[in-house]
Amino acid sequence: MIRAVIVMNTQGKPRLVKFYDFQPPEKQQELIRSVYGVLSERADNVSNFVEADAIFGPGTQLVYKHFATLYFVFVFDSAENELAMLDLIQVFVETLDRCFKNVCELDMVFNFNKMHMLLDEIIFGGQVLETSSEQVLKAVEEIAKLEKSSSAISLVPKSVSARFGR
Amino acid sequence: MNPFSSGTRLRDMIRAIRACKTAAEERAVVRKECAAIRAAISENDPDYRHRNLAKLMFIHMLGYPTHFGQMECLKLIASAGFPEKRIGYLGLMLLLDERQEVLMLVTNSLKQDLNHSNQYIVGLALCALGNICSAEMARDLAPEVERLLQTRDPNIKKKAALCSIRIIRKVPDLAENFMGPASSLLKEKHHGVLIAGVQLCTDLCKASTIALEYLRKNCTEGLVRILRDVSNSPYAPEYDIAGITDPFLHIRVLRLMRMLGQGDADSSEYMNDILAQVATKTESNKNAGNAILYECVETIMGIEATSGLRVLAINILGRFLSNRDNNIRYVALNMLMKAVTVDSQAVQRHRTTILECVKDSDASIRKRALELVFLLVNDTNVKSLTKELIDHLEVSDQEFKGDLTAKICSIVEKFSQEKLWYIDQMCKVLSLAGNHVKDDVWHALIVMISNAPDLQGYAVRSLYKAFRTSNEQESLVRVTVWCIGEYGEMLVNNVGVLEMEEPMTVTESDAVDVVEVALQHHSSDITTRAMSLVALLKLSSRFPPTSERIREIVMQHKGNVELELQQRSLEFNSIIQRHPNIKSSLVERMPVLDESAYIGKRAGSSQATLSADKSSQTTSSGPSSLKLPNGVTKPPAAPLMDLLDLSSDDAPVSTSSTTDFLHDLLGGDSISPGVAPSGGAGTDILMDLLSIGSPSAPTDVLVPNAISSKQGNAPEPKIAPAPVMDLLDGLPSREENPVYPSITAFESSTLKITFSFTKQPGNLQATVIQATFTNLSSSAYTDFIFQAAVPKFIQLQLDPASSSTLPANGSGTITQMLTVTNSQHGQKALAMRIRMAYKVNDQDKLEQGQINNFPRGL
Repeated sequence: MIRAVIVMNTQGKPRLVKFYDFQPPEKQQELIRSVYGVLSERADNVSNFVEADAIFGPGTQLVYKHFATLYFVFVFDSAENELAMLDLIQVFVETLDRCFKNVCELDMVFNFNKMHMLLDEIIFGGQVLETSSEQVLKAVEEIAKLEKSSSAISLVPKSVSARFGR
Repeated sequence: MNPFSSGTRLRDMIRAIRACKTAAEERAVVRKECAAIRAAISENDPDYRHRNLAKLMFIHMLGYPTHFGQMECLKLIASAGFPEKRIGYLGLMLLLDERQEVLMLVTNSLKQDLNHSNQYIVGLALCALGNICSAEMARDLAPEVERLLQTRDPNIKKKAALCSIRIIRKVPDLAENFMGPASSLLKEKHHGVLIAGVQLCTDLCKASTIALEYLRKNCTEGLVRILRDVSNSPYAPEYDIAGITDPFLHIRVLRLMRMLGQGDADSSEYMNDILAQVATKTESNKNAGNAILYECVETIMGIEATSGLRVLAINILGRFLSNRDNNIRYVALNMLMKAVTVDSQAVQRHRTTILECVKDSDASIRKRALELVFLLVNDTNVKSLTKELIDHLEVSDQEFKGDLTAKICSIVEKFSQEKLWYIDQMCKVLSLAGNHVKDDVWHALIVMISNAPDLQGYAVRSLYKAFRTSNEQESLVRVTVWCIGEYGEMLVNNVGVLEMEEPMTVTESDAVDVVEVALQHHSSDITTRAMSLVALLKLSSRFPPTSERIREIVMQHKGNVELELQQRSLEFNSIIQRHPNIKSSLVERMPVLDESAYIGKRAGSSQATLSADKSSQTTSSGPSSLKLPNGVTKPPAAPLMDLLDLSSDDAPVSTSSTTDFLHDLLGGDSISPGVAPSGGAGTDILMDLLSIGSPSAPTDVLVPNAISSKQGNAPEPKIAPAPVMDLLDGLPSREENPVYPSITAFESSTLKITFSFTKQPGNLQATVIQATFTNLSSSAYTDFIFQAAVPKFIQLQLDPASSSTLPANGSGTITQMLTVTNSQHGQKALAMRIRMAYKVNDQDKLEQGQINNFPRGL
């Protein structure tokens, strides 16, 4: 089972946080900080896996990928295949990239609930739901369409990242 | 618009937070936003509810409290619009806890939404349920989910399948309801549904054996077909990852096959062919391909596969190990670790490659490889492996040295067939990484040397040589100093030279030089210095001509700020100067240390308790069994008694002071002998020698007087014996006292403590309690600390515990002695509050309790 998905920037600021087993907010922050502590110390030429027993309990590992200013971290237990988790990060990032057209950190900051929507189509309650980014995008687009048609107040304007990109 | 409702939009808030330069500024912005949101909530303003909740989720991500928004989630879920519902469910998953009462209120909304006509709303409800479902909700909503498993829409179907997993995890009883629908999911064509369906089947197998049997019978064939189809299928761009078709489905199917094939020869037989095909045909130049191969190997190791297939599997791992990608090497090591138990012979074949990985630049790979090498060591390869590891110790990273040293030490200890080899290896380790060697390891070395009379000369010479080349390594220095103190004359006179040794000449003053260097070296700590002083005292007797020089060196510390060193310095000076007649008997060579007792102590396990029990049995059966020359009864497992007996035999002149001196001589770690040393050192045999068995014994017999009272006079043999005999007799004469039943002082689901009691003869107020701790849980406890508090009329003294680690499942115990003195004996009963602190998997745990069930009359 996947225990958590964390996206944070290289300064340790969380950009997307999803725990699949409930953690109180203080504990979440503590976990994010310890994960950041581990990742920031790792060199570039080492493996993407870290044993996370000390942070998330026995048998857990985390796999991370570093893209530009962001770390994508998946925490999982022994019921998952490590290499497959690495591919899943790839799927997630590719999907984001297609959704936001060259995704950058700012897109994530302003569209965090769209990120959640995407993530919920890929991972469901800690299990892999869908691995085809096309299918994921289709589902997300349908939802966005539905949302637009039934609501006058747009929550997050899509073009924000274009206007405030810096 | 309501003047109190927050006017800013979500992105304005995010921008404001991002613009903050300091954490304090950020807190101020968040506080302001939260205040506005609270106001809006109390106004019950429906227009901005979902915008407010979206803000709250962002605030939540930053780590601020957002509990006040929980009810808003429920209101949004209950509203009709899709955007409101979406944000509501998102908030539900992020902000709420499955343990909260509030969650009860959402069950009804969920039920309605699961039956909604809009498939996206159904999807939202399923998603929320899959994330936060509690056992109660699972029971209530299982029929809805079961029905949704049979809808036509694949999106709903796959979500329902995964949602069922959560339901089964919460309520395993429901597993059998899902068997049928789950197995029909495997006949689907849609890939997402297949992945979800296979996952559901895997979880069903875990949850119930009935389901496992059912699926084994009905699905094995279907699974093999799915795997064949997917691995033979032509290029399908949709599910393709780096040129491999649908690796996730591959992996899930292989995993389910492992569940079904485990321990079942028939279905394993049926899978052999397809597994061999996947193992040979999958391309291994991409991560996705390797992920499949990796899973395939795990399945082959898990089921009852043919031996040919297993060899194929291990060879795949061997190939992984030489892969240039760190990740692949890492998982290969992980898997080999599991494979060692299945087929260690096949893994042995890759030993050299594994050994290369110990030298990898990646810390996590090194660590894994080292653990694996440790598992691979056996009697035949121990020498070559140890040599490789020690060679690597020289060049390895500083931070890796600790782990590496610990592993080498335990390999050397576990597999040493000959003592000579053991001494050689330990010498190398000590001189390369002595600072990383744990105390118990070098203590064990000393115990071993003391037990090998024909190698003592060789050992002291090797250590001397090692010390000349590196005197920065703390534990090397300590062992060398100890050995020179004990066997200094063997060093100088070349006693017991082995054939392969190069002859060397060491003069008496060379030997003293070494100890002096250790004493004066800036990096030596107080323990090393104290040991050096003792060694010097011993040398002054071994080499009389150096005596005066030694006295000068010793006297340099008469003003040392460390009380312990100062005291030693002054006492030793006085011994050298004024008591030549008792000196030689004082600094006799240490009696041979009891190896088996030490090993038992070190294990800190049930052995210790056993021997303690045995000793109390023998003592209560009377002093007839074990008689020593001087007529003192000796409980078998107490090396301390040995020591005292021996010394009182050898030096009857001044028994009391001898015990005290020994006390001091040995006092490597104990800074103040009167006070019981604190916890961690409990496993140390040297400490045990010191801490005179029963705590209420007069340990502080005349420490200063021992010397002063005898100044000028010939030692009077008759003064001392009384307290000493008392000390030694304390245990055996116990039988006169009433026997008190042992009690279970504390018992929880994880820990049990029993107390057994003994009274000191002639002292009704004092009771010695032996506390025995047993771990009832399945994980070991570390850093175990027991604390106790008593009412004012009772005095309590705690001795160090036998260990600070408590093995799981009651497979070992910790014992600890307590002495209580009840000043109102006969009027008030004993009472005690206790607290146990320990770590389970590095998490701190605390348990406490009160004991009122002490036997009467204590």
